Amino acid sequence: MAGLPDRARGPRARSLARFGALALALLLCGLFGFLDAASAQPKFPPLTGRIVDEAGIISADDRQKILETLRVLESKSTDQIVVYTAKSLQGYPIEDFGYQLGRFWQIGQKDKNNGIILLVAPNERKVRIEVGRGLEPQMTDLMSGLIIRNVILPAFRRGDFSGGVRAGVHDIRDVLLGDTEEVKRRALGGQKRNTGDDDLWPVLLIFGVFIAIFAFTAWQQHQQLKSLPYNERYRRAKQYQRNRGNDGGVVIIPSGGGSSGGWSWGGGSGSSDSGWSGGGGDFGGGGASGDW
Amino acid sequence: MSRTSLVRSLAVVGLMLASLALAGCGVNNIPTYENNAKAKWSEVLNQYKRRADLIPNLVESVKGFAEQEKSVLTQVTEARAKATSVQIPADILTNPEAMKKFQDAQNTLGGALRQLMVVSERYPDIKSGANFLALQQQLEGTENRIAISRRDYIESVRIFNTEISTIPGRWWRSFVYPASKEMATFDVPAEEQKTPKVDFGTKK
Repeated sequence: MAGLPDRARGPRARSLARFGALALALLLCGLFGFLDAASAQPKFPPLTGRIVDEAGIISADDRQKILETLRVLESKSTDQIVVYTAKSLQGYPIEDFGYQLGRFWQIGQKDKNNGIILLVAPNERKVRIEVGRGLEPQMTDLMSGLIIRNVILPAFRRGDFSGGVRAGVHDIRDVLLGDTEEVKRRALGGQKRNTGDDDLWPVLLIFGVFIAIFAFTAWQQHQQLKSLPYNERYRRAKQYQRNRGNDGGVVIIPSGGGSSGGWSWGGGSGSSDSGWSGGGGDFGGGGASGDW
Repeated sequence: MSRTSLVRSLAVVGLMLASLALAGCGVNNIPTYENNAKAKWSEVLNQYKRRADLIPNLVESVKGFAEQEKSVLTQVTEARAKATSVQIPADILTNPEAMKKFQDAQNTLGGALRQLMVVSERYPDIKSGANFLALQQQLEGTENRIAISRRDYIESVRIFNTEISTIPGRWWRSFVYPASKEMATFDVPAEEQKTPKVDFGTKK
């Protein structure tokens, strides 16, 4: 251990005990999973598609129209919009609920964070447009507020929830596609960032290096042995086995588990709605709320 | 070839495997979490700055309509001046006192702003002005972002502090990162949780 303090060079037994403890700890800590922070968070439903109509307020007709709008939007600009109608906000303010839901579902493409959630809570009589970090310059708080006040809330007050949601989605789409240059930039930026193998390549590289070292060592040994006559080769192999028996083999400490907790496969937003998922977008509290 | 060469190459491979195992055991956690917490902290600062930048326009939009609310306006302006003039020392993240001073100034400003918004509600001219509405919306959004960025920072500090005070992070700290210190966090002020009281002292 490179950083052992000098006092570890005390009596031999003590330092041995220390090394023993450390080795044991190394072995054990590989086995422990990362202790998850049990932070207070609402319970979120699974993301079953672009519309999660838990409260059951969207008509079949509007549902088709909205889905079509959202599908076309994503193919144009890679922006992801999800409509969620909540039965309950579970006692959380809608702002708290919204951004955590966005992070949970990971709406929007990774690194572009271009997701929006239209969150409707009919029982709490609250609505919110939750905007991903990447879309905050386009879908400003002000613009979100305007859409809520001028388009969504009037319909909701009439009791036309389905129409209000449809009109709201329509206007959000219009805002997102408003600046054509910007849309092009987002759409192009998406293609190279959509695969999610950014997370994978350092791991592959490390494994590649190890495999190369193993292969090289094996090849070297093989070359050395090949140059020897058969009986000599046999003798060495026997000797090697004996030595291994004496020395004890190489112990490979499993490094799994640990803190990384595995990587997730981002990206992968198919064109059909089944199997559609969030791309890994982040939320930082952009957007606006309203009530009626 | 000789046995020493075999042992040597095995040692090299073993060493590399060990380093992989060490990484799995979290030898890199402390710097990773520390940098994460620092990034969250800059987001907090960023959002506070955003709020400070909004205020002059907000005050301007209210000023013309509410001459008699001068004291609230001055309060906001003064609190802003104070909050933006607080020197942020380089070690603020590991210095709870400096952190508290900074937070207190920001909380005072937040309180003054909330009071201004409540007062403004009483003036139909202000309330219906498009300019004020826009600023109000932006201020709401900014306060929301401040709350979230602070929560994210607190959470990342919690992870970091837990890492350096529990095993095995505690051992890594003493062996490899003796310089890393526990980071300062802050509480959400109690007055932020309740609705602000309006001071009617200005009315004669």
